[in-house]
Amino acid sequence: MSTLPEPVEQLLDAALVGELSVVDGTGHPVTYPLIPLYDGAKIYLTSSTLFSRKLEHIKGNPRVSLSITDPVAVGGRTDRATIQGDARVIEEDPHGGWERLLPIWEKKEPSIVYFLKARVALPLFFERSLIEITPRRAFYWADGDAAAAPVVSDAGKAAA
Amino acid sequence: MGAATPATPAMASTPRTPALDIRQGLEKLATYPFAILTYVDETGYPVSVAVQAAFDPAAGTATFAAPAGLTVPTGVDVSLTGSHIRPQPGYGYDERRHVTVWGRATRTGDRITFAAARAWGWDEAEVPFFEYSERSVGQSKRYFDALSVERGTPVKPKLSFGWLALRTTRLPFLSATIVPVVLGIAIAARQGSFDLLTAVLTVIGAAFVQLGLNVANDVFDSALGADDANVTPTQFSGGSRVIQYGLVSFRQMAGLATTFYVLAGVVGLVLLGLRGSTALLVIGVVGFVVSLGYTAPPLKFVYRGLGEIAVAIGFGPLMLLGAYVVQTRGALTWEPFVASLPVALLVALILYVNEIPDLRGDARAGKRTLPVRFSKAAVIGGYRGAAIAAYAILVGGVVAGLLPVPALLALLSIPLALQVSRGLEPNYDNPYGLMAVMGVNVKVHLYAGLLLLVGYAVVLILGAVAPSVSLFVGR
Repeated sequence: MSTLPEPVEQLLDAALVGELSVVDGTGHPVTYPLIPLYDGAKIYLTSSTLFSRKLEHIKGNPRVSLSITDPVAVGGRTDRATIQGDARVIEEDPHGGWERLLPIWEKKEPSIVYFLKARVALPLFFERSLIEITPRRAFYWADGDAAAAPVVSDAGKAAA
Repeated sequence: MGAATPATPAMASTPRTPALDIRQGLEKLATYPFAILTYVDETGYPVSVAVQAAFDPAAGTATFAAPAGLTVPTGVDVSLTGSHIRPQPGYGYDERRHVTVWGRATRTGDRITFAAARAWGWDEAEVPFFEYSERSVGQSKRYFDALSVERGTPVKPKLSFGWLALRTTRLPFLSATIVPVVLGIAIAARQGSFDLLTAVLTVIGAAFVQLGLNVANDVFDSALGADDANVTPTQFSGGSRVIQYGLVSFRQMAGLATTFYVLAGVVGLVLLGLRGSTALLVIGVVGFVVSLGYTAPPLKFVYRGLGEIAVAIGFGPLMLLGAYVVQTRGALTWEPFVASLPVALLVALILYVNEIPDLRGDARAGKRTLPVRFSKAAVIGGYRGAAIAAYAILVGGVVAGLLPVPALLALLSIPLALQVSRGLEPNYDNPYGLMAVMGVNVKVHLYAGLLLLVGYAVVLILGAVAPSVSLFVGR
């Protein structure tokens, strides 16, 4: 069940890239561009083991945020959002566990299926863990301008 | 694994991206249409907001309007990030780049001044994705090591058996063996010597030698650090990398190489038993020494700038004459030797061109290949000279009556060699641009060899239907 405001969900569905921010061991924010995948309730991202530092940070501190800020990456929409949430790393099967997200990934990046067929060329890129984010709070800028205060909604309350 | 197990210090210490100082970081950030301010809020969650900032890279600062309704902390690190992609409908996106600069924020009225402290970023136009991935292999290894400790059982990356076998043995490169061996058999057949059983055994035995060489090459290049130092491997160069990726252990690879060499030795002994000759024994022993000594200490031919010559001899005269003498029971003539020379030169050129993208890693590992030792102009000139020599020997052999006229069919591969020659200059310093050139270069050897075989097939067929017609000049 959705816990996010509708425009935020629309941004999640449209975004080719979002910015995942995590907190490292020293308390500093670290930001990674990733493809956000939304199943209507939770937000998923995948991380190759090649670029798995973010997973270490999440295991140390599960509080994360995902922002969608780039109009180019959302088909020209000018609204923006940041979703705060609790992240969980799913890594039971780095080889194939993430493939359950392939259908919604392919919608955003059709070429991923082609690349997956040639995984022998870059095997470690396709050893991946899932990041599952349970949304807690959303900040929404309807016109994308930080001069106006965002609309803040509690994701848990939205669900209620 | 034992003492010989290669550690991966080179990989672990290889920087994933070029270092960025704060000035460079701010200069890059200034090229993005907006920056994403990120900080950890009072609830402990990160929060990000897009801001329009003015940058002063020389001063190491940025200023922007304080975002409404948010409290940007002072006294702790915050960050500014720029992120870019170019959507490609129906495909995905490209032109990936991002940069993050960390620093402290101070607020004066409704303005925030950001003082930069450190920066990091990646731009695929500067560090291609494949290289970026290769530079990150150490992180993947750390991930699997940590996961193994967490679970109390080894967790490793995987590939299906078929793909793993293909990658580990570099099976497609077997054409380098098949061409000279079958050619040697065809020449012997033209001269009236052919035995199917030993012909098949020769192909199998020679294939084992090459598979042993391929795997042993990875073992010794890993032990000597050359493969770890190479961050720009391609499908044609830089080894199979199964050890570096953790797909196959060093010990397993060493065992596999040994197995292939033992199998090759068994086949060789059977052939000696069936068609024994001093010539075959000598060729077999020299072939084994050249194959193993290619990367193995103490010979390490490839580390001493002798790899190209070793490959030329091994995959030219030794393979071709070895297959020939099995059929002729040791009798030798000039024809197979002359036919082996263009094949030798063209196969050496496969290695030669494949060494170009590896030259920086090879140089770091002390591997003195010809591209490491000589200038770009000399290396390209060397390619052209060797290719011309290969075709000139072919023509000379035909004119001298040592090779049959239909062998000239191999000249049809010249346009491919020209394509390689033209492609070297613009792609010399671009490993990924060179991939297409390397692919064509493999075809030069393959097609020239296959066309030579077609030429001998014509000779064999004509010899059967019209024995009185000679296809040799002067006969």
